[in-house]
Parts: sequence; C-alpha cells; structure tokens
Amino acid sequence: MRISSFFYTLRQGIRNIFRNAWFSLASIATIASCLLLFGIFYSVIANFQNIVKNAEAGVAVTVFFDEGLSDEEKQHIGDLIMDRKEVDKVNFVSADEAWESFKDEYLGEYSDGFTENPLEDSENYEIYMKDISLQSSLVTYLQTVPGVRQVNSSQQTADALSGANKLISYISIGIIGILLAVSVFLISNTVMIGISVRKEEIGIMKYIGATDFFVRAPFVVEGLIIGLIGAAIPLGLIYFIYVNAMEMILARFTEIGSILQFLPVEVVFSTLIPVALGIGAGIGFFGSFITVRKHLRV
Amino acid sequence: MAFASKKKKGRSIADDELIVLDKVTKTYQTGAPALNGVSLSVKKGEFVFIVGDSGSGKSTLIKLLLRELVPTEGDIYVNGYNLSKLKHRQVPKYRRNLGVVFQDFRLLKDRNVYENVAFAQRIVQTPNRLIKRNVPAILSIVGLAGKYKAKPKQLSGGEQQRVALARALINKPPILLCDEPTGNLDPKNSWEIMKLLEQINKRGTTVLVVTHNREIVNEMQKRVVTMKKGVIVSDEEKGGYIDEN
Repeated sequence: MRISSFFYTLRQGIRNIFRNAWFSLASIATIASCLLLFGIFYSVIANFQNIVKNAEAGVAVTVFFDEGLSDEEKQHIGDLIMDRKEVDKVNFVSADEAWESFKDEYLGEYSDGFTENPLEDSENYEIYMKDISLQSSLVTYLQTVPGVRQVNSSQQTADALSGANKLISYISIGIIGILLAVSVFLISNTVMIGISVRKEEIGIMKYIGATDFFVRAPFVVEGLIIGLIGAAIPLGLIYFIYVNAMEMILARFTEIGSILQFLPVEVVFSTLIPVALGIGAGIGFFGSFITVRKHLRV
Repeated sequence: MAFASKKKKGRSIADDELIVLDKVTKTYQTGAPALNGVSLSVKKGEFVFIVGDSGSGKSTLIKLLLRELVPTEGDIYVNGYNLSKLKHRQVPKYRRNLGVVFQDFRLLKDRNVYENVAFAQRIVQTPNRLIKRNVPAILSIVGLAGKYKAKPKQLSGGEQQRVALARALINKPPILLCDEPTGNLDPKNSWEIMKLLEQINKRGTTVLVVTHNREIVNEMQKRVVTMKKGVIVSDEEKGGYIDEN
C-alpha cells in the first residue's frame, strides 16, 4: 500500500464518522453503555475478590511435631511441605515465638507469673495456601507425614471462602456473558443500519474496480475509531465514579474501613484500560469487517 | 494481451478481438434463460449499440461483462481475461479494463465532482501529484472544469452523466460500457453525451452502448446488435433500430 493510499484511507475513515454523524453517535453510545456496565461490574467484582483474597491470606494450617524431633527432621518436614504446589508460604514458629505471640494476644500484663515457657512443645509450621479450596487435601497429606503430631486447620472458614470465591466467579462469567451477548446484538444492529445506508456506495466502488481491501479499509478505520471512543468514554466515567465512591464510602462508614480494603484505582485500571480498549477496538474492527463483507460480493 | 498465444477449449480468439462471447447461456434460478447461446465478437476500436426491449437480455449481457454474473454455459473473453474462470480476487483488476457508465450515474453522493473522478485513480493507487494533474484535464474534456467543487445533487442530469463519464475514462480503459447512458437525460443532453462517446471512440477506446434511444441509434449509423428474448436477432454494420412489431 502506498503511503498516500494509507493516509487517504485514514482520512476517509475519519470523514465517514462525521458524514454519518448520527450513526457514529449511536454506535459510540451503544459501545459506551455496554462497556460502562462491564467496567462498573468489573470494578465491583475485582474488589470483592480482593476482599476474599485478603481473608484467605490470613487463614493458615498449623503443623505440630512429635516430641524429640531433631532440627534436621523438622527441616525435612518443612522441605516436604514447600514441595507441595498448593502451598504459598511456610513460616517456622519456634516455641518462644509461639509463647510471645500467645502472651501478646491473650495474657498481656498477666503473663508475668510465668517463668518457663508453657508452650515448649508448640513449635510449628504455619502454612499459607495459594488456593484455599485445596486445604483439605493438604491436611490429609500432612497427617501421613512421619514426625507430624497434629495438624490444625479451620475447614469451615476454608470452605466458606472457597465457596464465596466460586460464587463470585460464576456470577462474573454469567453477567459478563450476558453483557457481551447484549453488546454484540445491539452493535450488530447499529452497524447493519449504517451499512445498509452505504450499500450503494460499496457497490459503486466495486464496479469501478476497487479491491475488497480498498473498500473495506475506511470502514474498518471508522469502526476502530468508534470502538476506541466508545471505550474511552466509560473509562473516564468509571474513573470518576470509582474515586468518588471510594472516598464517600470510606468517609461515611469509617468502622468498615478495616474490613473493606478497596483496590487502588490504578490497580483496577491497569486491567480495565487494556481490556475495555481491546473490547471496544475489537467490536469496532470485527463489526465493520464482517458487516462490510456481506456487501463485497458485487 | 495476446489471446492467440493461449490454448483454450473454446474457439480461438483473433488478436484484434477485444470482447468475445462464445455460445453464452445464462439461466437464473427461476424462469427461462435470460441469454440463450449468444455469440458475439467486438473488435478493438469498434462502436457498438446493443438494442432490444425489456427482457431481451441486454442487462444480463452487461452484468456478465461486468463479471457481476458468470455464464451458466459458454465462455466470455474480454481483453485477455476468461470471465468464466476469473476468481473473486481477480475481479477488481479485470474491472479496471472497463469504464462503466450507468443510466442512474452512480456517483458517490457525499463527494464532490473532483473526488468522484479522483476516486477511480485512487483505487489503482495513482500518486497524488498525478491525480492533481489528470482530474482537471479529464474534467475539461467533458466540459466540467469549472464545477469540480460541486456535489452531485447540485448538478443537472447531463452534468452528472459527464462526471460519470470522466470517472469511467480517467484510467484510460480500453473498453467503455454504457448502460442506457441517456435514459435519464433530455434530448439535448443525450446528444452531447453521445458526441462525447463518439470522440472517445475516435481516440481508440472500444465503446459498447446499451440503449433504447431509437433516434440516436438511427442517426449515428454505427454497428447495431439487436437482441430479443435472450438471443441476437440481428447484427448490422451501420444499422438502425429495428422495430419490435
């Protein structure tokens, strides 16, 4: 393609947007409303998942050793645990650390009466999981490891969190699927109307020897630009809504601030920007590409 | 392109034959054949009128030559292309051998005269500096040099047809196909368009005109091919319009 043809195509694509201003506005509005819903939903889901993830991170499985186990044997058990792929992190807690932590948490100043460590046999490994739904299989395994006296875990908490996670995933997939289906329907209708207006124009171009590429390129440029604008508008709106909603909720409900840890806007947008722009550009590209194709067989 | 050098199943093509229809039949899914075993040869530089009433097969013939349709049987050769064997991706390149003028002008309504004519050059990737030179030149030939900024709806029918003619000619195609070019014009404009076509033909372009205009056909004394119910009923050098009855 010559450079002059490239710029001609680009110019025509941009001109098409203004020539068919109402059609362009309708397409932008359709894409923008679908992506606005998608973006809001994504932000809410991402925060829910973050809350669940934070809760999961605090849940640990504790492994206590048989009496008289050597340091090497304890180390070996630690290595076996680390080898498990569902394990994220393992902390060794010595008997002294266990006692200090117990004192701080439960006894406070009343701990002065103890001269010896009553938790002498309480050194343990604290195991944090990558995926809490695999906790029960890890516990079953740990109970078979020689030298392990006892394994403590809260299966109820693990089940609840893993259930919440699954539920959020299913709801996400369901709602995103519905949103995408609605978007495709609305957008294909809008594009069909726009194309039927220009069917004659496409026919003329073909009669005088234009290649499919030459006819299609300005429509694709137009579709891409409309898609990108349609994505940029809801991104701006969601940014504004997210920042303000976060401030308002944290200011009004100070007591839930410790439980509700909002994801920073940068984190949400580091995914949302490429995904929304990708969906917008994709809808614009394929929408125009496929719809023009129907009229190219002249 | 030399036909003679190519081996073909059908009849051999002489070097001076530009358009050849060899026993062409076109049958639509419903009804009788629109063309039935039509054979026709048009030599380089000829001016040919194709006449006939509605349903005679003229429109099907034009659509076949435009490669909008493919024949059900028989072969069509145009300037070295066998249209029956042309692939979809080869069609644009083939169509650049044809200048096409329609009864309803078929101009791009939202572009001005200059852009409508320049468009034909853009699709063959002519550099901008040549487009800037060629478009005013062709517009002055068709007498529209002063109206290059006008949009189609600001022009009369005759002027719109001249724009269509300029667009058809700007890439210097060897063949000009005109489908009822005067169908929407008054007698004065019709004659002006026909005079332009005659001039273009004198410069070497082969011209095929499908028309109903009896006066023009009789007056111009060119080759006349008359069609009726899908077959050629007469083909006369310096012929006239044959009455149906």
